[in-house]
Amino acid sequence: MNTEAMQIAEQFDSAAQQREAATFGMWIFLATELMFFGPLFFGYLYGRTHFGEAFGAASRHTDIALGTINTTVLLTSSAAIASAAAARRLGATRLAMRLLFVTAALGTLFLVLKGIEYRHEWQEHLVPGLRFSFAPQYTDGAEIFFFLYFVLTGLHAVHLCAGIVLTLFFALHLRRENLLFANEEKIEIAALYWHFVDVVWIFLYPMLYLIERAGG
Amino acid sequence: MSDHFPMLLADASSAAGRFDWLMLSLLLVTGAMAVLLAGLIIFFSIRYRKGSAADRTNPPSGARGLEAAWTIFPLLMFLGIFTWAAFDYAQLYRAPDDALPVFVVAKQWMWKVQHPNGRREIDELHVPLGEAVKLVMTSQDVIHSFFVPAFRVKQDVVPGRYTSLWFKATKLGTYHLFCAEYCGTDHAGMRGRVIVMPPDEYARWLQQGNTESGIAAQGFALFRKYGCSGCHSAGSSVHAPDLTGLLGRTVHLQDGRSLIADENYVRDSILLPKKDVVAGYAPVMPSFAGQVSEEDILALIEYLRQTGADHDDRQRP
Amino acid sequence: MTIASDPEQNRANVPRTDEPVASSGSENYFSRDFSLKSWLTTHDHKRIALLYMASIIAFFFIGGAAATVIRLELATPQGDLVTADTYNKLFTAHGVIMVWMFLIPSIPSVLGNFLMPMMIGARDLAFPRLNLASWYVYMTGGIFTLLALVLGGVDTGWTFYTPFSTMFSNSNVILVMVGVFIVGISSIMTGLNFIVTVHTMRAPGMTWFRLPLFVWANYATSIILVLATPVLAMTLVLVGLERLLHVGIFDPALGGDPLLFQHLFWFYSHPAVYIMVLPAMGVVSEIIPCFARKRVFGYRFMAYAILGIAIIGFLVWGHHMFVSGQSVYAGMVFSLLSFLVAVPSAIKVFNWTATLYKGSITFTAPMLYALGFVGLFTIGGLTGLFLASLALDVHLTDTYFVVAHFHYIMVGGAVMAYLGGIHFWWPKITGRLYPEIWGRVAAVLIFCGFNLTFFPQYLLGYEGMPRRYHSYPPEFQVLNILSSAGASILAIGYLLPMFYLAWSLFYGKRAGANPWQATGLEWQTPSPPPKDNFDTTPVVTEEPYAYTPQITSGLVQ
Repeated sequence: MNTEAMQIAEQFDSAAQQREAATFGMWIFLATELMFFGPLFFGYLYGRTHFGEAFGAASRHTDIALGTINTTVLLTSSAAIASAAAARRLGATRLAMRLLFVTAALGTLFLVLKGIEYRHEWQEHLVPGLRFSFAPQYTDGAEIFFFLYFVLTGLHAVHLCAGIVLTLFFALHLRRENLLFANEEKIEIAALYWHFVDVVWIFLYPMLYLIERAGG
Repeated sequence: MSDHFPMLLADASSAAGRFDWLMLSLLLVTGAMAVLLAGLIIFFSIRYRKGSAADRTNPPSGARGLEAAWTIFPLLMFLGIFTWAAFDYAQLYRAPDDALPVFVVAKQWMWKVQHPNGRREIDELHVPLGEAVKLVMTSQDVIHSFFVPAFRVKQDVVPGRYTSLWFKATKLGTYHLFCAEYCGTDHAGMRGRVIVMPPDEYARWLQQGNTESGIAAQGFALFRKYGCSGCHSAGSSVHAPDLTGLLGRTVHLQDGRSLIADENYVRDSILLPKKDVVAGYAPVMPSFAGQVSEEDILALIEYLRQTGADHDDRQRP
Repeated sequence: MTIASDPEQNRANVPRTDEPVASSGSENYFSRDFSLKSWLTTHDHKRIALLYMASIIAFFFIGGAAATVIRLELATPQGDLVTADTYNKLFTAHGVIMVWMFLIPSIPSVLGNFLMPMMIGARDLAFPRLNLASWYVYMTGGIFTLLALVLGGVDTGWTFYTPFSTMFSNSNVILVMVGVFIVGISSIMTGLNFIVTVHTMRAPGMTWFRLPLFVWANYATSIILVLATPVLAMTLVLVGLERLLHVGIFDPALGGDPLLFQHLFWFYSHPAVYIMVLPAMGVVSEIIPCFARKRVFGYRFMAYAILGIAIIGFLVWGHHMFVSGQSVYAGMVFSLLSFLVAVPSAIKVFNWTATLYKGSITFTAPMLYALGFVGLFTIGGLTGLFLASLALDVHLTDTYFVVAHFHYIMVGGAVMAYLGGIHFWWPKITGRLYPEIWGRVAAVLIFCGFNLTFFPQYLLGYEGMPRRYHSYPPEFQVLNILSSAGASILAIGYLLPMFYLAWSLFYGKRAGANPWQATGLEWQTPSPPPKDNFDTTPVVTEEPYAYTPQITSGLVQ
């Protein structure tokens, strides 16, 4: 049980109210993020309906090995940050700090692997607008697929960067023992954001890597 | 209606009459509502102004029955208007089978019109009185919109696809044609005239002017020029679908879907041949994007339409 | 039946604090620190509201200047005042600035920011620093937008239809879209702040159904803000990507679909119009009960109607696309839903009218604005029925009929409500009373000027004059001249308040805490309020709008 004194901002009447507001605020923000990704998911739905075969063919050109490793990395990082929040709640601040660093490291690993994937895709001429080329009967659909692939994973990566910065920020504050600032409430909310980034990926992974893979 | 009220917009098509009736009805209904509300507000404002000797006992702050009434009554009225308007709208999109086709290609900032026999015009459309005319339209660049206020018809003209609009002119005369979708610098100048003539005069007019061959004949020439007949004719060694009577036929596609071949399908097949490949055929047709113009495509479509008509004629005993 | 000998006793049960509050030397949110730094780094929602007020006034006049040139040009049929390209840039600038830089932030970010915390009994919003950040983000977006205009303008129309905007326009499309994107972020921040505040910071006893309708209205608006704006943001990104990288999303020549843009754009932009009108309805619901001295009629129905408008408003976007090439069946669905969304709006108009019944009405400037709103919103809303009717819309869409319709609602409605709110809460915000005569004169001038400007446009639209036309056939000139004449009266009407409101800041009579004897927690504070609004958190025990009009007949005044 964390019995430290809480910093209560002056507009709030109690710590409970502050916590409720902060958490609720993060949920609303996540709702806006969902609506931001929304048109892209919709575009994917549209493309999958109208260019079904082309999407399947294109999807087989994504790097399933790296994609699967990345999924594991991200899921593990979510476990790490959830544990960090729990640790902080229980007062185990050094453990929380280490777990936050682990989360950031895993997130960075994800970005590195993604970067390698991007490089491969560029080398295989799968980047729309940059000498894209694909099997002629599927070119149009495949170009749309890869356009969505890069925008979706790119946008996801940008959000992941923000999450990494956030995580490092709190990890460093814990390292400097700024316990009043890097408190349980804030780390919970950062974890909430991280989980959202993870959930988006959980949808992206099957959409972009797994369709029409069964049976080779 | 404009016969009785000459200052009003002319109603020169079969759709215009119905339109004006609906418009007038809605105007009366909404006008009555507006007058009623304005009247009540003014009445209450005067009667219940501060210091007046009106009875203010038991002022109500709610009344479920009243709320229900003024929810349900407008709702029913709205549903009625919706139904009437939706019905008329559906008619606007059902061109009669025997409508005279006219082809329109819009571009910044002019209307290029071609009649089936080949007669072309720019920024003008001559049509016969009393006959249904169906415009098949596309744009070469951005979205435009074909608007003839006197006919009460309007349809966006979209690049990359065909849209159509039909009308039957009921009054002789010359009417405004406007572009109604902002399309750049000279959008306001993209105007023209629709000229309604008696049918015999129209027939005469059709024969004048540049005596190009009819559109279908042009299409046949293009069919050979672009090499379509090389694969799609009966004697070809390449296995390609027979296009006789294609328009209106059901086509079964490679991915299991089937569709009815229309103008958009033919256009897509010429420009994006990989998009809807017919079942049982290899996707080897090259794309003609960039080589064939919008007018050419319209001509090819008319040629194909003609092959269907000829085929039917031959089948008839 | 009792006969009250003193009409004063029949006023609402509010503390009698209408004696002038000692102002010189006493600390209020305004006077506690005059330094620029304190203003630019403030966390106080009231100061942030004033920062917003200054900005939106500036943008209003810039957008209004564009409108002035437009109306001057349209007085003659030929395009003789400015070139076609300049005209196209003017109406684009007018639309972009008025929609995103003025209308969307106006009531929420000025009046909402100032009043929401007070109305629910809180010291501030849930996230004061986010609030300040939202103003800076708004200003950044505004600067990008202005930059796009100054560096040669944008000629796509505020609707940015593709493929013109992605592949054909030679103007600063990307720059203006960056500006709009950034302003969108600001509005999301405001919406988020309001939602969390209303959920978590209501004073004890302030249950949901004791909230003033102004709070309900801004709450529903905030839901639209946070859910719809991100879709616009993504749409702008996609347009930018197509324009920069020539990837085919919306341009058919590259394999894209122009209608996809329209669906994405209008999915945001239709709810956006409810962002603009719902707060206005909230303002009107505060003013009318006060000056009719009567509870608002049908409070719960009014609250539900607000929510109904917000929700159904998300489902009607296709009514902008009836002649676009969209399928006939889709058109029918959108038309039906558009009729449905008119029902809660109608309910509100009936309830405002019924509020007047057996009231005791005074015609102060705010009341004139509010009644003007009801009238003009009614007309604008009724003409919306014409546009929702499929067959009628085929003729009327893309003509001046549509221009008239949306100006009746956004200008005749939202702007009048905004001005009404500014006048109503002016004493609270500034501690001064504005000169009532001038307030009434301006309200009447605006009402008359507005009708003269925009009513002829309905007729122009029916006659077939398309919108966004730099020049037009001569037979449309008479109606255009009427419209331009009206615009000059309207301009005077808008300029007047600038002068007398500014005058009142220095020479206006000092206001007490509650000069209108209004209900609502904001009137329980001094005018201007102290920084933290309330000394102690109020406890709410009664229903809102606890007005009691005279209970006797034959009252002698």
